[in-house]
Amino acid sequence: MQLMKFIQQPWHWSVSGLLIGLTVPVLLLLGNKAFGISSSLRHICAACFPANISFFKYDWKKEAWNLFFVAGIVLGGFIAGHYLQDGNDIQVAAATQARLATYGVHDYSALLPPEIFSWSNVFTWKGLVFFVLGGLLVGFGTRYAGGCTSGHSIMGLSNLQWPSLVATCCFMAGGFISANLLIPYLFKWLN
Amino acid sequence: MKNIRYLVAGTFFGIVLVKAQVISWFRIQEMFQLTSFHMYGVIGTAVITGIISLQLIKRFNIKTIQGEPISVAPKTFNKGQIFGGLLFGLGWAITGACPGPLFAQIGTGFTVVGITLLSAIAGTWIYGALKPKLPH
Repeated sequence: MQLMKFIQQPWHWSVSGLLIGLTVPVLLLLGNKAFGISSSLRHICAACFPANISFFKYDWKKEAWNLFFVAGIVLGGFIAGHYLQDGNDIQVAAATQARLATYGVHDYSALLPPEIFSWSNVFTWKGLVFFVLGGLLVGFGTRYAGGCTSGHSIMGLSNLQWPSLVATCCFMAGGFISANLLIPYLFKWLN
Repeated sequence: MKNIRYLVAGTFFGIVLVKAQVISWFRIQEMFQLTSFHMYGVIGTAVITGIISLQLIKRFNIKTIQGEPISVAPKTFNKGQIFGGLLFGLGWAITGACPGPLFAQIGTGFTVVGITLLSAIAGTWIYGALKPKLPH
């Protein structure tokens, strides 16, 4: 019971970071696989809608391990989300809470705000921005950059690759612009 | 069947992503509003752990569990890392997720993120279609 309580509280950043970082050697030891998740999106395109595009003409089945890995992430998300949570509100910095209140975000009962991430928003402008536009930017941007937070910021930096440092700096720059300039403007327009 | 081990590894990774709260839209807003150290601590610790692990693997010439040599391909630079990186950053703050967390968010029960994932797949497809015309 004590152990369960221990696991159910949010994990400290150092424990979390250590376990995420260990994914790099674990995948190498399991079969010389380079940690990277956005490639799975490319494999899905290659498997389902190759459309004679040369970027999607390759033997995606050889990379099937990546699809098993992301299927595992969904399963792990389910297990942690349903059995390993303590049921408390997420603790968010007061300054961010004050700012989110001006966006109309007040519900801290889950990891994502239900004011944005609910099915009732799908056919609204909010849904178009947060699901469709946001998703397009993530998919297009990561593939154009040749990797995401896992492939560049963790795997690439772990292997001391300077192109990955450039990519990571650009991820961060885009995020700062988005969170501080774009998102406040979007909410003003959406609300 | 040899891929089952990656399903298991992915499951552990998914649990860590949720418990670390790095899949939280709130944590991403804090990171980019510079109001919390949490995300910086997680990513920084992960990178240091990765660097040490890779150095050990190289130094001691450690093999995979099947006894095969381990090699990591270097990353080559192109302008995509700048343009694509900036575009992904914009999307990261909006969705509160990079690709890994998208899968984990769906698992925790936010099934509507499936729409975001489909859009991300569409975005990847659009990149593939436009690739010859984009600056690299």
